[in-house]
Amino acid sequence: MNNQKLFIWLLAAAVPVIALLPLPDFWIAQLNYIGLYALVCLGLVLLTGVGGLTSFGQAAFVGVGAYTTAWLTLNTGMSPWLTLFVGLGLTAISAIVVGAITLRMSGHYLPLATIAWGLSLYYLMGNLDALGKYDGLLGLKSLSIGGIDIGQGRLFFVLTWTLLIAGAIALLNLLDSRPGRAIRSLKGGSQMAEAMGISTFRYKVTIFLIAALFASVAGWLLAHFQRTVNPSAFGLKMGIEYLFMAVIGGVGYVWGAIVGAGLIKLLDDYLQVALPALIGTSGSYEVIVFGVAMVLVLKYLPEGIWSLVARKLPRPPRKMDWQDAEPLSTRTKPALGELVLRIDKIRKQFGGLTAVNDISFDLHAGKIVGLIGPNGAGKSTTFNLITGALSKTSGQVNYRGQDITSLPSREISRLGMARTFQHVKMIPDMTVLENVALGAYTRGESGVISSMLRTNTAEEQRFMREAQHQLERIGMGNYLHELAGNLSMGPQRLMEIARALCCDPALLLLDEPAAGLRHKEKRELAQVLRQLQGEGMSILLVEHDMDLVMEVCDHLVVMEFGTLLTQGSPAEIQASPAVRAAYLGTEH
Amino acid sequence: MDFSIASILLLDGVTNGAIYALLGLATVLVFTVTRVIFIPQGEFVAYGALTLAMLQTGKTPGTVWLLLILSGLAALMELIERWRHHGSFSRAMSAAVKTLIFPVIVSLAAIWSAPQMFPLWVQSVLSVAIVTAFGPLVYRVAYQSLESATPLVLLIVSVGVHFALTGLGLLFFGAEGYRNPSFWDQRFTLGPVALSGQTVIIFITSLALIVMMWLYFERSLRGKALRATAVNQTGARLMGISSHTSGQLTFLMAALIGALSGLLIGPTTTVFYDSGFLIGLKGFVAAVMGGLASYPGALLGALFVGIVESFGAFWASAFKEVIVFTLVLPILLVRSLRSGHSDEDH
Repeated sequence: MNNQKLFIWLLAAAVPVIALLPLPDFWIAQLNYIGLYALVCLGLVLLTGVGGLTSFGQAAFVGVGAYTTAWLTLNTGMSPWLTLFVGLGLTAISAIVVGAITLRMSGHYLPLATIAWGLSLYYLMGNLDALGKYDGLLGLKSLSIGGIDIGQGRLFFVLTWTLLIAGAIALLNLLDSRPGRAIRSLKGGSQMAEAMGISTFRYKVTIFLIAALFASVAGWLLAHFQRTVNPSAFGLKMGIEYLFMAVIGGVGYVWGAIVGAGLIKLLDDYLQVALPALIGTSGSYEVIVFGVAMVLVLKYLPEGIWSLVARKLPRPPRKMDWQDAEPLSTRTKPALGELVLRIDKIRKQFGGLTAVNDISFDLHAGKIVGLIGPNGAGKSTTFNLITGALSKTSGQVNYRGQDITSLPSREISRLGMARTFQHVKMIPDMTVLENVALGAYTRGESGVISSMLRTNTAEEQRFMREAQHQLERIGMGNYLHELAGNLSMGPQRLMEIARALCCDPALLLLDEPAAGLRHKEKRELAQVLRQLQGEGMSILLVEHDMDLVMEVCDHLVVMEFGTLLTQGSPAEIQASPAVRAAYLGTEH
Repeated sequence: MDFSIASILLLDGVTNGAIYALLGLATVLVFTVTRVIFIPQGEFVAYGALTLAMLQTGKTPGTVWLLLILSGLAALMELIERWRHHGSFSRAMSAAVKTLIFPVIVSLAAIWSAPQMFPLWVQSVLSVAIVTAFGPLVYRVAYQSLESATPLVLLIVSVGVHFALTGLGLLFFGAEGYRNPSFWDQRFTLGPVALSGQTVIIFITSLALIVMMWLYFERSLRGKALRATAVNQTGARLMGISSHTSGQLTFLMAALIGALSGLLIGPTTTVFYDSGFLIGLKGFVAAVMGGLASYPGALLGALFVGIVESFGAFWASAFKEVIVFTLVLPILLVRSLRSGHSDEDH
């Protein structure tokens, strides 16, 4: 992230220089278009590259911005500086409607809806008398401030690229913040994010909205730059081209948007002249090249051109400026021995299969309870029922005196119940520290706007301080700046525990924390668990490693085929013939 | 609006709806088996209609040259990949030849027969064969090596393929539009409604294809194998069902359905190189109504789309596309409210 920011500042320094260079007007105009297109692609970087969603309808949002200002300035004489905000408002409404309708469903419905939406908007613009049908609206005024025309040439270049750079910085700020980490968690499926207290639906709508607003600003600029609008610039073909620009440039990188926009714009201009000359008839043959290039890029360079550059750049560690930050506030913990969790006959049926059959048990503060049983006994399903990741067929869960039976997992997480996963779920391209800071999501409140403007620094420092503290607590202080994806299995599991601890939990649920750990790592894990217990933490543990279970647990619950086999102290369980039979079979 | 206008519009809508139904079914088929959202389905429609139009003028259709190029490319990819994978040149060569054989035979037949001006039905069969041959090749060249990619990546690839096929259509057919002769000029009158022979053919063909697809998936082992791939690709592979073969077979069927739709629609409207896109997308809207998973859902959706379109054209002709495509939003809203939860980890 730091590198990207360095480049952006270099670019910011270059803009006034370029404006003063004696470049031909043609190239200034080209740069203006590239800046406008890059602004649209920037939205796609957030939506597609970071969030894992996509839209073919960005051109339509450009159209909303452009037509709004065109119609209003021509018909009502409103100032373009006001119509910008009207355009943004209309864009926001349409983006929220399209997003709210499609984003509850699986990921491909958004692009489909945006195709349909882009098409209908195109035909609407092309057929409404008030919008000049396919001829569009002509005779717009250029932008001006205090009588100075800034809507053309070099001054417009400075305006466009300043907005672009501001957008890029805002985006980079956002991605490195509380909401940014939530957005980056969207791609890996919703289960982990929801367990961290994040409303994935809300963030999906948010990034779709932000991408649409970027496009709308570009449309406003475009309308006043060209001084005419017509539907052809806002059709589905252009919507697809915007996505091409972002993907070819590198949809995961802010710089990819700029590189992609530049490349496609220049290539487009070249091919539109060269190909018809080569073939001998006019026509938009460049789509063949774009289409083929698209397939090739996705096959051989799925992260786009900028990834070639990004790979070469060093990744400096985050500056540690949080030593004096105030600690995050903590919740009141239950007193030792108090009832923390009461499971009452919970049941889960998948069709005819009963995966969990009326399981009941209690957990008291300061105790470690182990949930054990052979493979397929329903332990992880029980976990998912308790944490709200799965809905229960029947039964009740009571947590610290509150009925949480029908709460979704993000609400349960907010109450101080944190968990890890049987298969580690993390964000591989974030550092260990940032992954762990994600766990503290519910303990902060900075939103998208304050993150973009970087007014959230104090809270960020408190997050980082907490994350570092939790990592050091479980002995991972040496890994802070490592990319999570580079860790081996053991440290990944420990990182998940640190992330769960960052939620400031009163109850910790660990799903097979020792799986894949080496012997020495298991000893360390046992130590960590006992240390947490010593600090008053209540823990529910699913685990296969019997040595570990017998050593750390105060109470064991044994499951077999979805039903409760028995429960008791480790010594009782070890002596139980029924448990032996379940694990080892019976002699006949 | 009186009864006679309403019934004419209804007939018109159902006729178009029958074609959208075919395309919608193809979309559902391709998505369930390969998870590819196949935007270029409509290009096969245009290719089918235009290939027949070129044969009608006695010229070798441009699709033939495109087919030869594409099959050459596919064969080359097959050769290199097999050779790398197995290390046996002769096995790789035979795989490459297998890829080439059907497209080359069809192309040669087309080149030979084009100037002979055979009767319409021979030319139709030939057109369908040419376009159908595109299906597996498109899958081989664009999608096969991305089988394990996410639906989102496959969707973007689809859009790339759509761009390429549209541009190539312009290159090989030119910008001129064609209207094909009717297969059956007979006219029937049923009260106020005049039923043309072409309409009857559209109904019969669509119905026959739908029944055939149903029989194939319910009654044949191959069809069941495809359904297995649709449910779980890895599982199917472990049972000896190749995902490559399933994908190519699915695309073959999609291309066949596209080509037939092209022939059916050719006499009722002028077809340009890029006409397929909108026609295909309407089939798509129908498929979305069935959640991209239900064949009966897609069928009903298609009839609905066809009827909405024809009534929309009557009341506000300029806005009929707006009406049809805006329809997607309420449909998705209903689906979203009904499903109520988001899919996990896909």
